[in-house]
Amino acid sequence: MASQETLRDDGVGRASLLYDPKIRGIVYQIVVFAGLVLFVGWIVNNTIDNLRRANISSGYDFLGQRAGFDIAVSLIPFTSDSTYGQALLSGLINTILVAAVGILTATIVGFLVGIGRLSKNWLIARICTVYIEIFRNIPPLLVIFFWYLGVLSVLPLPRDSIELPFSSYLNSRGFFFPKAIWGEGAWLVPVALLAAIAMSWFVARRAHARQMATGQTFPVLWASVGLIVGLPLLALVVTGFPISFERPTLGTFNLTGGWTIKPEFIALYLALSFYTASFIAEIVRAGILGVSKGQTEASYALGLRNSQTLRLVIVPQAMRIVIPPLTNQYLNLTKNSSLAVAIGYPDLVAVGGTILNQTGQSIEVVAIWMMVYVGLSLSTSAFMNWFNARMALVER
Amino acid sequence: MQQQNSAFVRTELVADQPPPSGEKGLVRWLRTNLFATPGDTVLTFIGLVIVAMVVPPLLNWAFLSAQWSGADRSVCATVAQGGVQPDGWSGACWAFVRAKMELFIFGRYPLDERWRVVLVAAMFVVLLVPLLIPRIPRKGLNSVLFFLVFPVVAFFLLVGGWFGLEYVETPLWGGLLVTLVLSFVGISVSLPFGIVLALGRRSNMPVVKMLCVIFIETIRGVPLITVLFMASVMFPLFLPAGVNFDKFLRALVGVSLFASAYMAEVIRGGLQAIPKGQYEGADSLGLGYWQKMRLIILPQALTLVIPGIVNTFIGLFKDTTLVSIIGMFDLLGIVRQNFSDATWASPQTAITGLVFAGFIFWIFCFGMSRYSIFMERLLDTGHKR
Repeated sequence: MASQETLRDDGVGRASLLYDPKIRGIVYQIVVFAGLVLFVGWIVNNTIDNLRRANISSGYDFLGQRAGFDIAVSLIPFTSDSTYGQALLSGLINTILVAAVGILTATIVGFLVGIGRLSKNWLIARICTVYIEIFRNIPPLLVIFFWYLGVLSVLPLPRDSIELPFSSYLNSRGFFFPKAIWGEGAWLVPVALLAAIAMSWFVARRAHARQMATGQTFPVLWASVGLIVGLPLLALVVTGFPISFERPTLGTFNLTGGWTIKPEFIALYLALSFYTASFIAEIVRAGILGVSKGQTEASYALGLRNSQTLRLVIVPQAMRIVIPPLTNQYLNLTKNSSLAVAIGYPDLVAVGGTILNQTGQSIEVVAIWMMVYVGLSLSTSAFMNWFNARMALVER
Repeated sequence: MQQQNSAFVRTELVADQPPPSGEKGLVRWLRTNLFATPGDTVLTFIGLVIVAMVVPPLLNWAFLSAQWSGADRSVCATVAQGGVQPDGWSGACWAFVRAKMELFIFGRYPLDERWRVVLVAAMFVVLLVPLLIPRIPRKGLNSVLFFLVFPVVAFFLLVGGWFGLEYVETPLWGGLLVTLVLSFVGISVSLPFGIVLALGRRSNMPVVKMLCVIFIETIRGVPLITVLFMASVMFPLFLPAGVNFDKFLRALVGVSLFASAYMAEVIRGGLQAIPKGQYEGADSLGLGYWQKMRLIILPQALTLVIPGIVNTFIGLFKDTTLVSIIGMFDLLGIVRQNFSDATWASPQTAITGLVFAGFIFWIFCFGMSRYSIFMERLLDTGHKR
C-alpha cells in the first residue's frame, strides 16, 4: 500500500510495481534465466559425476588417436592407422558429396515433374501426380531400404555383371566404370575449362549490356556451351590426347581396376534424390501457379511464344516464390543424408557412431555432429539467401 | 428502315447442328488432352512407354505371380533357391506378410495381453473419428476425453503393472504399436510446446526470445538421427547416477523435442500473418497477454496454418521410422528384422516386406494430407490474406 502511494506521488501513474509490464518482464526473465542456469548446472554436475564414474575423460584429445577401423568409401586417403579426426573428416566429405549430387539430381527431377504435373497433357500430368503422391507419403528411410535391399541387392553377381556402354559394369558390388589417367600436359585441360567458364561469364555480361543499350540479343547459351565444350577439346587436341583409360576387367570373383561406386552410395543417392524431388516438384508447381494468369496473358499479347513466356515471364517470377521453400528442401536432403547410417554408407553420422561406440566420447561426438550440421545448414541458407536476393525482382 | 426484298424469310430457328465429329466425345478429349500438338503427341507416347514399362510388371509382381499363402520360404523361392517356383519367377511373397502380421502390429507384446492394445486402438478410433467429423457436436468434451483422459487410460493399459494388469516392459513393444504411440505422443506434445516456443520467439523479452531462437534453430539445423542418438546416449549421462530412464521414453522425448521446433516455426508463420489490428484490438478491449492469445490471436493463427501443422504431423509420422536405427522396433524396424528370419528368407522377402510397410505408411500419410485439404476448404473464411 505504501509503495502504491509513493509511486502515485511521483506522478508515474501506475497502480503498483506488480502491474508494471516492464518490471514484470524483467522479473519473468530473471526467473527463466535462473531456472535455466540451475537446470544446466544440475545436468553438468550429473554428467561430470557420471563420466568420472565411467572413467571417461572428456575433451577432444581422442581425435588424434588411431582409429583402427576402415572406411569403405573415402575420397581422402584413409587407412585403419589414420586418426579419429581424419575419419570424421572423411565422413563429412562423404556427407557433402552425397548431398551435393543429390541436390543437383533432385532439383532437375523435381523441376521436370513439377512442370509435368501442370502439363496440359493428361497422361503426363497423371504420371507426375502419382509419382509425387507416392514418394511424398513414404518415409525416406523406407525409400533408402527399397533401393538398397529391393533393387540393388537383386542385381547379378560380379561374374554375370550387366555390361553397359563405355566398358562400365553394373552388379551387386556396385557400378564400375573406366578411370581416366591423365598423362603429360593434361593440366592444360582444366585450365582451358576454367578459361572457358570465365569467358562465358564475360560474354554474358557483354551481351546483357548490349541488349540493355541497343535491344539486340546475342545467343549467350549457345556461345557458352560452345566455349565450355570447345576449349577443353581444343586443349586435348593440342596436347595430343594425353588421356588413357584404365578399364575394369572381369576377374574370377570381382571386377578389378577402374572406378567403383558402391551400392550404398547409389542407394542413398537415388533414394534422397527421388524422395526430395517429389517435394521440390510440389514447390515448383505452387510457384508457377502463384504467378498470376494476367502475366501469361500479357506476355501472349506482347507476341511472346509459349517457350519465351515460360522463360522470360513465368520462371523469373515463380523463382521468387520457389527459392525459400527450395532452400528448406536442400537442407532437408542434407540432413536426411544422415540416414546413410542405416545402410552403412560412411557419412558423418555413421563414422561418428562407430567412434562413439569405440571411445564412449558421446558428448564430444554429438557436439561435433551438431556443430557440423548447424554449420552446413547456416551456410546453405546463407548461399540461398544471397541467390534469393539476386533473383528477387526489383519492385517499384 | 431498310427495305428488304427477300424472296425467302425464315420464320423459325434452325435446329442446332451436331458438332463436327472431331469436336465431341472421346475424339475431342483425346485431341485436346493427349494429341494437341506434335510435341504433345511425343510426350504422350513417352508417357505410354513409361506406363507400359511400369504398370504390367508391377501388377504381375503384386497380384498375378504373388504367393498369398504358404507355410515357409519354399513358396516364395525358385527351385534353384530351394523353393517350388519355376526359375525366373518373381512375385510378391504376401504369405510372409500374412504369417508375420501379428508381429508387425504388436511386436513381441505378450500374446495374452494383446487385448489391451486392441482396446486402446478401439478407444483411439472411437474418440478420434467424431473429433475429425465437423458435423458431430460436443467437440469440447471429445477433445478433453481424447487429449487428457485417453492418454492416461492408454498409458495404464499399455504399460500395466496396476489394477492387476501384468507389467509389459517397453522393449517388448513393437511394430505398428510403437509407430503409432510415438506419433501420437509426438503430435500431442509438439503442438502445445510448439505454441509456447513460437510465442516465446515473438516475445518482447530478450532472454526468452533468445532461448527460444537458439533451441529452435539448433534443433532444426540438425538431423533427427543425431537428436535420437543424443537422447539415447547422452540423456542417461545427464541424470543422477542410479536413475534409470526407459529407452522408449528417451526416444519419445527426442522425437517430441524435434517435432516441437518444427511446429514452432509453422505456428510462428501463422502468428506473423495475423494483422496488427487484431493485436491492438485485443489490447484495447483490455485483454491480458494470455487472454489475447487464447481468445483472439491463436484461433486465427492456428486456422491459417492447418496445412503446415498437418505437414509437420506427416513428417513426424514418417520420422518415427528412424528409431529403428537406435535399436527399437517400430513398423519398419520389425519388418526389417524379419527379413533375416530363416523360415522366410528368400530374394522376394525383403522387397515384399518393404512394399507392405510402405503401403501402411502411405495410407496414414495420404489420409492425413487429404484430411488437411478438406479442413482447409471447410475453414476457409474467404478473406484469407
